[in-house]
Amino acid sequence: MAAVPAVLNSEWTKIRTVSSTIWTLIAAFVVTVAMGAALSALLNSQFDDLPAAERATFDPTYVGFSGMVLGQLAMVVFGVLVVGTEYSSGMIRTSLAAVPQRGSLLFSKIAVAGVLALLVGLATSFVTFFLSQALLGDHRTGIGSENVLRAVFGGGLYMGLIAVFSMGVATMLRSSMLSLGILMPFFFLVSGILSAVPGAKTVARYFPDQAGSKIMQVVPDAMNSNPAPYGPWGGLGIMALWVIAALAGGYLVLKKRDA
Amino acid sequence: MIELDGLTKRFGNKLAVDHLSFRVRPGMVTGFLGPNGAGKSTTMRMMLDLDNPTSGSVRIDGRRYRDLQEPLTHIGALLDAKSMHGGRSAYNNLLCLAQSNRIPASRVSHVLDTVGLSAVANKKSKGFSLGMGQRLGIAAALLGDPEILMFDEPVNGLDPEGIHWIRNLMKALAAEGRTIFVSSHLMSEMALTADHLVVIGQGRLLADTSMADFIHENSRSYVRVRSPERERLRDLLHAEGIVAVDSADGTLEIDGGAPERVGELAAEHRLVLHELSSQRASLEDAFMQMTAGTVEYHAHSEQDGAQPPPVGPHWGDTWNSGTDPGTGTGTGTGPGTGTDTGTGSGSGDTTKGA
Repeated sequence: MAAVPAVLNSEWTKIRTVSSTIWTLIAAFVVTVAMGAALSALLNSQFDDLPAAERATFDPTYVGFSGMVLGQLAMVVFGVLVVGTEYSSGMIRTSLAAVPQRGSLLFSKIAVAGVLALLVGLATSFVTFFLSQALLGDHRTGIGSENVLRAVFGGGLYMGLIAVFSMGVATMLRSSMLSLGILMPFFFLVSGILSAVPGAKTVARYFPDQAGSKIMQVVPDAMNSNPAPYGPWGGLGIMALWVIAALAGGYLVLKKRDA
Repeated sequence: MIELDGLTKRFGNKLAVDHLSFRVRPGMVTGFLGPNGAGKSTTMRMMLDLDNPTSGSVRIDGRRYRDLQEPLTHIGALLDAKSMHGGRSAYNNLLCLAQSNRIPASRVSHVLDTVGLSAVANKKSKGFSLGMGQRLGIAAALLGDPEILMFDEPVNGLDPEGIHWIRNLMKALAAEGRTIFVSSHLMSEMALTADHLVVIGQGRLLADTSMADFIHENSRSYVRVRSPERERLRDLLHAEGIVAVDSADGTLEIDGGAPERVGELAAEHRLVLHELSSQRASLEDAFMQMTAGTVEYHAHSEQDGAQPPPVGPHWGDTWNSGTDPGTGTGTGTGPGTGTDTGTGSGSGDTTKGA
């Protein structure tokens, strides 16, 4: 058995020595922060023009996280590339020859990349919060207000989980292009569209991103969003189940298939 | 020592590897020979636990690959030239492999030096030529200083200097008592490096023999005679009970004959000879005869194409007919026999005139 600390060390070297890591993580940070800040500034200046229902459920924290819609896509790319480039480069055979215990290889990789994504997610989330609140002027909230810290911390968790979910999917599909081709449109379009369609709504709210993003809301049904039959932690739990399912699927594929 | 026991791999209804059993012994270079698609790479992938066998097993020093502690320190393998992340430098590609098997980082610089890539150690490996990629793969195989080394088609893409280098490297590693297992589809390459041969075709074991025995058994020797009075010469030989066969270029070939006997006979009867030589068919021919029935992808010679299309047969009908081993292909019986390069088996001494 190759020792797990040695494999973790090796996976850390793999991650820090490719430039796609730094670019995707910077993109996730910059896009989320910048878009959240821009929307906060916009809403601050046009608060009085909002519909009454949205003003009543105004959630300054959730507004700050508006950029997550795009920022999460960079996290998807990060997660997919961490796994997918092993397959596209042929490195997977070299990696498995070095570490034939496939479970150790996969979960060491996911642990290292997942922790990195979580740390970047937390940094993104806190910076986003403080910057957007500064730009919201009179409509801002503070980190000490009720449930706000949970939402901000949850934003970091959400980004980390999105990345790990993508790693699981990429392990199942064994291809960067295929995984991106499915995950990007899904998170960017399909999930959002379905959650607005009356019939599909009840199903769509159990999608990983729809359920998971509840953790970032402080005001229930914030900004007149769809009510859900689960709370913030319930939503994150649903997302976690998706992640576990993706990882289990990825593990089975890696275990059974020829490399 | 690598032991294969009844190793079988089935892809759908195609049997890629068919009950292979053989041993790869230490202290020598074992050549793993077979035409394209014979199952060499699949076999090697199963040896490394990359592909799951349908049945049978592989033991590395008595253990399954997945049970090896730090496998790179037991067995190093070169499979594809491009099996590294192109966006990572050569040094870092090797470093992450070294770390996973607790190999000291100093080995990375050492093996890069061994394969001559020190100058480009910090360059991204996607810019590497096929030959450089091959050298990087070899460096990865050497990383753990393993007792067993496996190379899949190592000379692919190497320049002549590189080919020379890898041959000497393999011999030197074998001389240190290591187990060297190297695949190739070129008999000529094997003849120069291998001490032992394992030949497969369509996944089946065709030969497991020492190189010397293979040469002895498979290189057909014959005498070639050229004379302006061919018919008279033939009658003369026939009268002596020697069977001579017409060959394509107007010479006569005598299977297993002694040139002395033919020469004396010609002198006795004052017959002019323009050529009298003892010949050996190349090992390439022997290999081709052995695998003729098992070749997966046949090229059709231009000669065949130029002839009017024969009535019955369809494309592919000739696949399994092969060449009758009894008649022997001799030298230059057609483009299908490919490189007749004289593989060090000795092309015989030529005695001219009479």
